[in-house]
Amino acid sequence: MRASYEARLQAMEQRLLAAERGSAPAAVAAAPTAAETSAPVAAPAAASPVAAASGGGANAFNPAMSLILAGGYTRTSQDPAGYNITGFQLPTGTSAGPGARGFSLAESELGLAANIDPWLRGVANIALHPDDTVSVEEAFVQTTSLNNGLSLKAGRFLSGVGYLNSQHAHTWDFVDNPLAYQAFLGTQYGDDGVQLRWLAPTDQYIEFGAELGRGRSFPGSDTGRNGAGMSALTLHTGGDVGDSHNWRAGLSLLTAQAADQGLTTTDPSGGNVINSAFTGTTRVWLLDGVWKWAPNGNATRTNFKLQGEYLQSTRSGSLVYDPGNAKLAGDYRSEQSGWYLQGIYQFMPRWHVGLRTERLNPGTTDYAINTVSLTGSGYQPGKNSLMFDFNPSEFSRLRLQLAQDKSREGLTDHQVFLQYQMSLGAHGAHSY
Amino acid sequence: MMNRKTLLALLFAPLLLAVPAQAALRVFACEPEWGALAQELGGNLVDVSVATSALQDPHQIQAKPSLIARARNADLVVCTGAELELGWLPVLLQQSGNAKVQPGQSGNFAAADFVRKLDVPGQLDRSQGDVHAAGNPHIQTDPRNIAQVATALGARLAQVDAAHASEYAQRLKDFSQRWQQAIVRWTTQAAPLRGAAVVSQHKAFVYLYDWLGMKEVAVLEPKPGVEPTASHLQEVLASLKSVPVRMTLYSAYQDSKPAEWLSRNANVPAVKIPFTVGGTEAAKDLFSLFDDTLARLLAAGVKK
Repeated sequence: MRASYEARLQAMEQRLLAAERGSAPAAVAAAPTAAETSAPVAAPAAASPVAAASGGGANAFNPAMSLILAGGYTRTSQDPAGYNITGFQLPTGTSAGPGARGFSLAESELGLAANIDPWLRGVANIALHPDDTVSVEEAFVQTTSLNNGLSLKAGRFLSGVGYLNSQHAHTWDFVDNPLAYQAFLGTQYGDDGVQLRWLAPTDQYIEFGAELGRGRSFPGSDTGRNGAGMSALTLHTGGDVGDSHNWRAGLSLLTAQAADQGLTTTDPSGGNVINSAFTGTTRVWLLDGVWKWAPNGNATRTNFKLQGEYLQSTRSGSLVYDPGNAKLAGDYRSEQSGWYLQGIYQFMPRWHVGLRTERLNPGTTDYAINTVSLTGSGYQPGKNSLMFDFNPSEFSRLRLQLAQDKSREGLTDHQVFLQYQMSLGAHGAHSY
Repeated sequence: MMNRKTLLALLFAPLLLAVPAQAALRVFACEPEWGALAQELGGNLVDVSVATSALQDPHQIQAKPSLIARARNADLVVCTGAELELGWLPVLLQQSGNAKVQPGQSGNFAAADFVRKLDVPGQLDRSQGDVHAAGNPHIQTDPRNIAQVATALGARLAQVDAAHASEYAQRLKDFSQRWQQAIVRWTTQAAPLRGAAVVSQHKAFVYLYDWLGMKEVAVLEPKPGVEPTASHLQEVLASLKSVPVRMTLYSAYQDSKPAEWLSRNANVPAVKIPFTVGGTEAAKDLFSLFDDTLARLLAAGVKK
C-alpha cells in the first residue's frame, strides 16, 4: 500500500517537472495522467471531438455494426439445377453447387457486436438471403471474464472444427467452400449449443475445444430428444518458424445424430433423383493445416498461404429407400472421405492469385438390402479452381474464379464466377 | 502396471514444465517502442515479449497462434491504441481467455490514451481512406509523447505489480530524468530542421513534425493506407515544382520504391526513418531510436 502511494507521488512529481519545463503536450496530458494515477482504468479524459459527436446520449452504447454486401455473375456449362455429387448423398434442399446462373445477389450479412457487461460479450450475424428470406447465422454470447485460458460461448455459432468451418463466407479465399465441406458438413456446420475452449498456459499455442449442440443441421437433424444431438472435440496447435513463417494445425471430431434425414442422390445409371431417409450417427474427422509466409512477417506487400484439410465421414444407422412409397428400410453404413489443398499468393499489394485442387473418395458403403438400387460406380468427384482477386482497399474485393467441376460422373462443368464483396461499418478483426 | 494417476501425471507433465517458473511480470507489447519502454521502466522485474517487429506494418498484423498464446499468459498488454491494432488485437484478446488484459482492465494499457492526438478527423468516412477516429496513432515519433506515456506506464506497472511499486517509481524517475535531458539535446540538435518542408510516404510522422516544426507539404499515399499510385506520384511531383522540399520520409517497414522514384525524378533525398526500435541497425533502444532518426534527418536535410 505504502509502496503504491510512493509510486503515485513519484509519478505526480514527474508530471509537475514535465509541466514546469513548459512542454505543451505534457500540460494537455496532465488531465488523463491524473486520471491514470487515481483511477487507472478510466477512459481518457481528453475525448476526441468525434467520440463526442457520434456518441451523444442513448446511441453511445450502440453495438459495433457491420454490413457485408456481395453479389456477382455466374456462368456454368452444365445446368446447376440438377447439381449433385456422384456417390454422395446430400441433404434435401442443400445449398451445395455453384448456385444460380446469371446475375445474382449473394448473402448480405448484418453483424452486431458489443460487450454486454463486464463479464460477457454478444455477437449476432444475420444473413439476408437473395430470395428475400432471413436467417440467423450466428447469435451467441461469450465470456470475457473467465481466466486461465477458458472461454465459454452459448447460442448459435459456427463450429470450431477444422480450419475453414468457423470462417464467414466473406473471408473465404474462393467463391465457394470445398466439395468435402459441401458433402460432409452441409457446406458449413453451425449449431445451437455451447462451446468451451481452453488455451494451454504454454508458449506453444495449444487449444482444446468441446462443443455440445442440438444437431440441427446436416450431418445432424432435429431428433426431438432432450439430449444433445451433436458433440465436437477440437485440438489446435501452432506457432512461428522464424520471423517469416507461421502455421496452425488441428484435429477435430464432430459427432451428430440424425432421424429421418431427407437425402438426395442420383441414380448411378440413369441420372434419376433418388430420395431416401437416414437415421443414425455420423462421425466426421477433420485434419486441418495452414502455413503462412510473408517476408519478415510483413504481409503488406507479398505473402503466401498454403492450406489443406482432410475430412472423413462415417455414417451408420438405417436408410429408408423410397421409390414410389415402397419404403425399403435397411441397415446402412458408409465411410467416405475428401480433401482439398489450396495456395493463395499475394504477388503485389491488393492482388491475389489462388489455386485449389480437391478430390472426394466415395469409399465403402454398405446398403444391406438396398444394395442393388443404390450402389455406385466408385467414381471419384474432383474439382480444380483458379482465382484472381483485386482489393481496392481493405474493405472491398473483386474476384474472378474459374473452375472445372467434375462432381457429376461423366459431366465436366466449366464455371466462371465474377464476385464483389464489400464491407461497411465497423472494422471487423479477422481471425488467423 | 501403470495406474491411471501415473498415466495422467505423465500426460500433464509437459504442461507443468512449460509453465514459466519465474515471478517476473509478463508484459505483452504490441509494438517494439512500447516493449523497449516497458523494459526501461521494468528492468528485471518484467519479462517483455514484443508482438511485432519494426519491419512489420503495425496496421496489418494477423492474430497468429504464437501471439494468442503469448496474450493468454500476459499480465499486462501495452499497445498503442487509437485503433492502430484494430484489425488484430481484439481477436487476440477475445481468444486469449485472459480476463486481466481485456479492455477496461488494469492489465490493458493503451499508450495513445495519455497523449494529445493530432489529425483527429472532423468527419468519419471511409472515402477518406483508412482514417482513425481517435486521431493519428503514430505517437511514438515525438519523444515528448514517450515521456508522457512513460509516466502513465510507470504508474500502471506499479499498480499491476504493487509489491514492487517503489522500484518501478525509482526506475521511472531515473528514466524520466535521462529522457528529459535527451529531449533537450535532440531539440537543440534538430534546430536546423525547423521550418523544413518535407514529403511523407504515409501520414506516419505528424508528431515528429509537430515536435521539430517541420512542414509536411505532400503525402505519397493518395489516402491513408492506400498504396501510392503512379498518377498520384505524378501529381505530387508536379506540386513540388512550386514548393521545393528537402526530403521524403518513409518508415523502415515500408516499400522504399515510391520515395526513391520521387528522389530520382525530383532530386529529393529519400530518408528511411527507423520509426521504432529495430527499424535500423543503429536504433537499438529508445534513445538510439531518436539519435538515429535525427542523424538521418540532419544528414539529408541540412545541405543548403
